[in-house]
Amino acid sequence: MQRIINDPDNVVDDAVRGYLRASPSLYAATDHPRVLKYAGETPDKVGVVTGGGSGHEPAFLGYVGEGLCDAVAIGEIFSSPTADAFLDAFRAADRGRGVACLYGNYAGDNMNVKMARQMAEMEGIDVKTVIARDDVASAPADQRDKRRGVAGEIMMWKVGGAAAARGDDLAEVIRLAQKAVDACSSIGIGLSSCTIPANGKPNFSIEPGHMELGIGHHGEPGIEVAPLTDATSIAGSMCDPVLADQDFAGSDVAVLVSGLGATPNMELNLLYAHIADHLEAENITVHRADIGNYFTSLEMMGATLTVMKLDDELKPLVDAPARSLAITR
Amino acid sequence: MQYLDTSHGTDILEALVDVILENRNYLSEVDGAIGDGDHGINMAKGFRLCGESIQGQSLGFSKALGTLATTLMGSIGGSMGPLYGSLFLGMSNAIKERDALDVRAFGDMLTGGLTALQGISDAQVGDKCLLDTLVPAVDDYRRAAESGEDFPAALDALRQGAERGCESTRELEARIGRAARLGERSRGHLDAGAVSCRLLLVRLADSAERHLEKAAA
Repeated sequence: MQRIINDPDNVVDDAVRGYLRASPSLYAATDHPRVLKYAGETPDKVGVVTGGGSGHEPAFLGYVGEGLCDAVAIGEIFSSPTADAFLDAFRAADRGRGVACLYGNYAGDNMNVKMARQMAEMEGIDVKTVIARDDVASAPADQRDKRRGVAGEIMMWKVGGAAAARGDDLAEVIRLAQKAVDACSSIGIGLSSCTIPANGKPNFSIEPGHMELGIGHHGEPGIEVAPLTDATSIAGSMCDPVLADQDFAGSDVAVLVSGLGATPNMELNLLYAHIADHLEAENITVHRADIGNYFTSLEMMGATLTVMKLDDELKPLVDAPARSLAITR
Repeated sequence: MQYLDTSHGTDILEALVDVILENRNYLSEVDGAIGDGDHGINMAKGFRLCGESIQGQSLGFSKALGTLATTLMGSIGGSMGPLYGSLFLGMSNAIKERDALDVRAFGDMLTGGLTALQGISDAQVGDKCLLDTLVPAVDDYRRAAESGEDFPAALDALRQGAERGCESTRELEARIGRAARLGERSRGHLDAGAVSCRLLLVRLADSAERHLEKAAA
């Protein structure tokens, strides 16, 4: 294991210290060591909170900022934050107009958010949730409630955060964040495994010369293990299930291609060129494309593709100003 | 008629803390076969903190279980914090303001824990998880208690149900948690959560049995 760490058991706390030191204009510490809040001035608005396991940086904490999330709960690597952490994030974000908790569909997160909500209610904090389920490989369309949340979460934070920033009330922020993530279809491909430092050995294995189509952000099993061919056909394998998931033809879309941590940025853009060709061939207009490491899985090689169907309501929220570590507009 | 004086909370809790700390490496080893390998580390972290916070205090059983629940929920994230947290919170709530538990009240405590856990998770028996230990153990205990067995015999049923349930996970294919990735290959290995649940229930039964007293006539 070739890693830049101290005690493997303290990786998350040590990393949080680094984020605080590096970006004091974005992050402020709270009483909870696993909760960060936006350091800037926040007017009276609906609070936006997210949270999840570590190892996906810049998610989740990289989406705290202006026009995005106000506070984040930070878990161990690939493990949900505690209910206490979510509760403290709610407290940090609440300005009396309620809190929108926008997170992904994983068992641990669901349970911890549920308990934190119950505790928040006892304190008079109104918390509503949107649970992202955009990974088309994790369950068929008629079992959407079983799908995992992946990089579509970023569009959910962007839209929900922009709605909150312009002063929408809690019900409206929730409606728009839900609409945003429902408009997203995503898929991942994995080319190699990843190692949790405290664990010391790879979480799973992918044979050299192969890729796993539909792999999850923690190595959850995909649709199929296929030979690793070239970028042209990889783009096709990714576009097919995504474009089959919703009727995108003739629409404007936002596209997000994220690396999983160890795939060079150059290859992500190379891959995107082929994705753009596919979309063009289907009469789909790309309104905006974001290519980079937006939602990773430690040092996995691979990428995710998210296509989001836009309309006149979503478009200005996707384009609205934002300032954070991960995205700035 | 035998009863468990609920003033022994700290003592029973310390026994539960001990069994997890004693088995820290074993639990991580079991988990390492098909999971992340961090079950022992996480559980030991939560139980050690609880042990520290109750040290030197004389807590009633309900209060001690409640302290364990909030410590676990506050210190272990993932799925184990809320699962064990709600189990012990449900047990704690079921015996609030009770000075003594008879064989039935102890069963109500177990059921209260199971109900609370099922309120927060959709996991089912057969998923290869801690419910595979908990459900048969609680069922066996209640069956023994309802058929008129005495307290020690019911506690023995709890132990045996836990052992049998835990062992049943060896042949199951994981449907939830990280082991689900392995599918068929998860067979042949015990589930780490089922093992920690077995250790806790057996130690709970042992400890309760030691504290059983004869009610004054």
